Formats: sequence, C-alpha cells, structure tokens
Amino acid sequence: MLTKPVSRWPLGELARELDRLFADFTPEGLLSYGTQPALNLWEEGNMLVAEAEVPGMKLEDLDISVAGNQLTIKGERKEEVKDAVFHRRERTFTSFTRVVTLPTEVDTDKVEATLRNGVLRITMPKSEAVLPRRIEVKGS
Amino acid sequence: MTMSTTDIQKSETQQVTRMSNGRRTYVPPVSIYETGDKLVLTADVPGATADDIDIQVEQRELRIHARIADRMPADAKPLLTEYGVGDFRRSFLLGEDIDADSIDAKVEHGVLTLTLPKTEAMRTRHIPVKAVD
Repeated sequence: MLTKPVSRWPLGELARELDRLFADFTPEGLLSYGTQPALNLWEEGNMLVAEAEVPGMKLEDLDISVAGNQLTIKGERKEEVKDAVFHRRERTFTSFTRVVTLPTEVDTDKVEATLRNGVLRITMPKSEAVLPRRIEVKGS
Repeated sequence: MTMSTTDIQKSETQQVTRMSNGRRTYVPPVSIYETGDKLVLTADVPGATADDIDIQVEQRELRIHARIADRMPADAKPLLTEYGVGDFRRSFLLGEDIDADSIDAKVEHGVLTLTLPKTEAMRTRHIPVKAVD
C-alpha cells in the first residue's frame, strides 16, 4: 500500500511555503531586517525615497545613517503619559532598529531626512556610478 | 446606578478599513486615558495638519476624520510598500459623562490629542469637612 509521506514538521513546511510566497513580493536585492517602522520605498527619477510614519517622534528621537547601499533607521518612541488610568492603549511605544539594503548605491553625502507631521522622508540621490549613461552612437 | 465614567465610549461605530472613492481609509490607533476631571484621547494620524482634520460631535457620536494626500508621485516606481496611505477615520459614542461642548483638539507631530472634560455632575467633588466641637 502506498501512503503519502507525512512531514514530521508541518509547521516548518508552512513556514517555508510562506517564505516562498512572500519572496515573490519582495523586490530583488531588497533585504530588510527589523519590522519597525514600516517603510515605503520608491524610485523617483535619480533618487530613492524612503518614507516611514513615526507619529509623535521628533528628529532627536531618530538616528538615520546610510553606508553604501544600506539604510539604517534607529529610533525610540517615548511614552509621554505617566500616572494615568488607561482605558485603551493601542498606540505603542518602543525602540527600534530597521536596516534596509537598497537596490543601488546612493550618494551618502547628499542624503537628506525631513520629518513633517509625523512622517519621516529620506531622499537618497543614486550614486553617480550607477546612473544611466547615454552612449553616443557614431555614424561612419 | 451611576453610569460608568471609566469609558469614553459605549460602542465603536466603525472599526474596519474600508474603501472610499477608490482610496483606502484607515483606522488610526487610539489610546484613551483618564486624568483628574477629563479623558484624553490620542490618535496617530501621521501626515495630518490641523487643516486636514475634521472633528464632529453629533448625537453624542464623536467622528474623527483626517484627510491625507498621497505622498508618492504617481510616476514613481515603488520598491517596497509596507503601509498604505489614505485618510484616517474613526468614530466613538461618547458616554453621558462627557461634556461634548467643551472638547478641545490639537495636533502635533502627527498625533491628534482630544481633551474631553467630564460634565460638572460627574466630577469628583471634594467635600470639606468641618470640625464640630
């Protein structure tokens, strides 16, 4: 009698399945660790722009660095309320470190971060070396 | 029987993300705490300025709406999208112990803070004790 092999680790299988599934949604070359803050990243002309929602945070609560093609965002969201009876507590306060590998090298000297109304925006011009160059075609 | 002063809301009238005009609307995370004679509600509404926020009280329903414009240009190429951008909406039903006419709102660094004073009748009163010889 033939029986279907049963995995001893069904959850392991599931995890691998999920990894495979989500791998399809992760653009190639983008590696990331840490899950906070959630990031949006896009390409805008010759710039990469990263954006994160960090409501309540001030610039001094954030530490942003770029080395080569690696963007690191560290921060601490501090709870400002003490000695109160909470009825509901959905807003979270934690320290975080987020590292994202960018798809290209960026010009680290020209990286700028702005924080406006709780939205952090980091603009990173691509490094000259990776910008597309136009090759003139000479006629004979 | 007195009504509970410990909860701002009897029920929440809206809880789920929904679509409106083809854009998603999000439910902002909210904390509510009590200090002295008031309740304070804080909500994360990143991207919103005072002009973007509309707060209404009608039939004891408190409605919060923050309009959020798209920040990524339409012609940009998304590389990583971990959160969506859209308006924030949330409603609460105020308890009778809240003085709905005296609600104060401010927004700072993308955090909306509503101060909801309790009605005079619901405040803790301190009765001075006289000494009797």
